[in-house]
Amino acid sequence: MKYYDKLIFELSREGRTGYSLPKASASAAIPAELSRESALPLPEVSEVDVVRHYTNLSQMNFGVDTGFYPLGSCTMKYNPKINEEIANMPAFAGLHPLDDQLPGVDMVYDEMDKALAAITGMKHFTFKPCAGAHGELTGLMIMKQYHQNRGDLARTKVIVPDSAHGTNPASAAVCGFDIVEVKSNAAGLVDVEDLKPLLGPEIAGIMMTNPNTLGLFEKDIKEIAALVHECGGLLYYDGANMNPLLGMVRPGDMGFDIMHLNLHKTFSTPHGGGGPGSGPVGVCERLAHLLPADIQNRVPAIPGEEKVGSVSGFHGNFGIILRAYTYILMLGRENVKMAGKLATLGANYIKESLKDAYKLPIPTVCKHEFVFDGLIDDGSATGKHGATTLDVAKRLLDFGFHAPTIYFPLLFHQALMIEPTETESKETLDEFIDVMHKIAAEAAQDPDILHSAPHNAPISRPDETTAARKPILKYQDETL
Amino acid sequence: MSKVIEGLLYSESHEWVKVEGNIAVIGVSDFAQSEMGDITYVDMPDVDDEVTKGEDFGALESVKASSELYSPVSGTVVEVNEELEDAPEKVNEDAYENWIIKVEMSDETELEGLMDAAAYAEMTK
Repeated sequence: MKYYDKLIFELSREGRTGYSLPKASASAAIPAELSRESALPLPEVSEVDVVRHYTNLSQMNFGVDTGFYPLGSCTMKYNPKINEEIANMPAFAGLHPLDDQLPGVDMVYDEMDKALAAITGMKHFTFKPCAGAHGELTGLMIMKQYHQNRGDLARTKVIVPDSAHGTNPASAAVCGFDIVEVKSNAAGLVDVEDLKPLLGPEIAGIMMTNPNTLGLFEKDIKEIAALVHECGGLLYYDGANMNPLLGMVRPGDMGFDIMHLNLHKTFSTPHGGGGPGSGPVGVCERLAHLLPADIQNRVPAIPGEEKVGSVSGFHGNFGIILRAYTYILMLGRENVKMAGKLATLGANYIKESLKDAYKLPIPTVCKHEFVFDGLIDDGSATGKHGATTLDVAKRLLDFGFHAPTIYFPLLFHQALMIEPTETESKETLDEFIDVMHKIAAEAAQDPDILHSAPHNAPISRPDETTAARKPILKYQDETL
Repeated sequence: MSKVIEGLLYSESHEWVKVEGNIAVIGVSDFAQSEMGDITYVDMPDVDDEVTKGEDFGALESVKASSELYSPVSGTVVEVNEELEDAPEKVNEDAYENWIIKVEMSDETELEGLMDAAAYAEMTK
């Protein structure tokens, strides 16, 4: 791969342009005190400079369209191109957010509400939240509103398992709750005996991910739900790990009251830079009237019961909701079930194939993902410094794979969290397994190969410490 | 094996306390800094802030993680180590030399629940 790291400002040459504009006719109308005294320091480049610059940058990227991306907890499944085709139809792409007479758009929201309700066992969804964590916050605001509407102001604490996604305690803290941690037992599941003494009149609810971050199904969930409800609390379901349950098990049937879904995980819409995200929040029937008001007024307020306020403008990220709707329609009721089954099969196949070389702290059947705790033989027996999970992840880049999630969950010191997703073929999984074995063999014989990896990437190991201690956050032309 | 210093008191959440009269000098242990890796930021309270035993008074951030600092005693912050604002790496260099805050204790009996060097060394073995 060609190394390219220029900024477009560095290509700039005075007077070079790739465009021409008509002569300004309105400049006389701009009052003198509002007109600019000097030109903006924008880059001056030709059209071909711009095209080559961004094409070169795009080729430095790695995405699910480039290769296998087993990033645990993130469900990096392939994003089918039909989603893009539908979202790019001019009738959708050209919508104006202020246009409120759009029966087609209303229908998409209605149908999505019904589809997600059927998949999750919730009553209704709001589509306003624009990301998973935004959904968590919205869900917790609903939890808080529920208790406040009942005049129960003592419920200031939210229980979060020690294996939870970091966003759970963070969202609860942002919402003004104090966090109480419940421990995992030796099997990697929420310890019901540790939970019992935590429950009481101060508990607003519990946030859980099921399957949890170790990829294990919380089999005691019915008992946990009964205990939490008995103490007057609500159950929040973090939908980040919904993929293996799709069409098979419903959070509503497990006893959850509020949940979010990550459309950019489970429902095949793009992640991050390709985003934006979308984190619809669903609630059970008794909470439906608390959902934020929306243009369609799908769930009217009940007089005297305050709703949660608006959490975002207009329709949420409509283009993303439309892509997820397309995905659901393309799969259909029967095939939706296959996604989770295949994701689970793939994860167990990798786990069983690699457990001879990587430590498997919890050897039971996993769902869509699982966690290793580093190498069995890290090479320290050779008298050298042993290879860590970070070294394994860096070495994987040399073989053209994206690294798995590392050092999460925090339950293990050398966590390496692998989630293949259902869209990968057996050939791809086998190739990954071969490479992981090769890396384990390298570590045992000469861990230094791993310490200095990656060897084939454009840059090896960036100095993250200096970047964090002394960040440079904006381009500054020293000559200006 | 990380360093443990005699004469200091230690908490289960890896803070140390050096008692100077009714002032508690508080930092993190060598074990804590080595677990954290390269520390990139020390989040500290302001002078005159109240701290409560067992509750967080700040945080350490490293490339690897962010970890809260829990106060081993209750009282009022009388001094913070401003050097750490620009040079958080000092905590990595010497976790005992580079204290984080000094607290005027409101209840010195709280010190009784802390560990001595031997007990802390045993816990982090």
